[in-house]
Amino acid sequence: MSKFRKKKKGMPAVNTASLPDIVFMLLFFFMVTTTMRETELKIDNPRLPNATEVKKLEHKSLVSTIYIGKSKDAKRHGTAYNRIQLNDKIATANDVPAFIINERSKVSEAEVPYMTTSIKADKESNVGTIIDIRLKLRDVNALKISYSASKAAE
Amino acid sequence: MARRENPEINAGSMADIAFLLLIFFLVTTTMNVDSGVSKKLSEKPPEDYVPPIIKEKNIFEVNINRNNELLVEGSRMDIDELKDAAIAFIDNGGGEGKIDEGEPTGPCNYCKGERSIKSSDHPNKAIISVQSDRGTEYGTYLKVQNELIRAYSDLRNMLSKERYGIPFPELEDSYKDDRANLELKKKVEDIKTSYPEIISDSEPTSSN
Repeated sequence: MSKFRKKKKGMPAVNTASLPDIVFMLLFFFMVTTTMRETELKIDNPRLPNATEVKKLEHKSLVSTIYIGKSKDAKRHGTAYNRIQLNDKIATANDVPAFIINERSKVSEAEVPYMTTSIKADKESNVGTIIDIRLKLRDVNALKISYSASKAAE
Repeated sequence: MARRENPEINAGSMADIAFLLLIFFLVTTTMNVDSGVSKKLSEKPPEDYVPPIIKEKNIFEVNINRNNELLVEGSRMDIDELKDAAIAFIDNGGGEGKIDEGEPTGPCNYCKGERSIKSSDHPNKAIISVQSDRGTEYGTYLKVQNELIRAYSDLRNMLSKERYGIPFPELEDSYKDDRANLELKKKVEDIKTSYPEIISDSEPTSSN
């Protein structure tokens, strides 16, 4: 019995002096690595194609993203890889001009010519969908586009 | 066996463990950077626009069908061969260059191609036309675009090495870091106008 009692009494307090350090470290780590996603994806995360001639997109605030891929809600939208997502809902190519104009209103006028539209499309989506969007983009004079792709080794 | 009172746990090495973890995570996480193949769309032509007449030999036609197969200048081709075929076409230099603001650019004196009269006249006249089907997979389409851009960057790279002794991406980067430098700007423009990137997307063949 004395064994147990002794143990209870003699347990030293763990030194917690370095605990804040660890917590801060974790905090900083997550702060640096997380990228905020403003929109919730209504489509499956697009599997981006690979390309070697990729350029980094600069100025995040001047980029508007159009997602194309398979809808998560297969019952409503079918299983084809051609659903378009603008902001946080599934849309059609006809909604693209309104989307671009809305994006433009968020930035100052001088910056409008530098705005880029990033198209994040699944590899299996059809060129037809992309071309429909491209024609609509041309109508509203949003001429800078970037086909999102992951960098592949040569 | 009698146990002695526990000594205080040594926390001195805690920091080391924490740093080890930090470094491990730093190395293993890849930060999500948005990157992509950038393209500039052509402006919407006016209603009464008449497209200029372009000689057949100055057009390099790439067709992609709905089964993701390639037809280049009338014959089937694998995607791996596309880059070399495009380079041979662009760098042919078989004739006079285009007339730029009333001034003829003359024959291409930096081209290393065959100078065949059947292929393109000058890099600034050479047009690559990509036609795809509506049913073509986007992945294939982008791969083709990528190969064509690669052809241009290879050519620019070669010319840049020959004229200025450094690869083109490095030249461009040093210009980006120092935009006020007019000499660098001239060099970049020179390479870019020597091999202008002319890739046109024609209307897709429609199906369904």
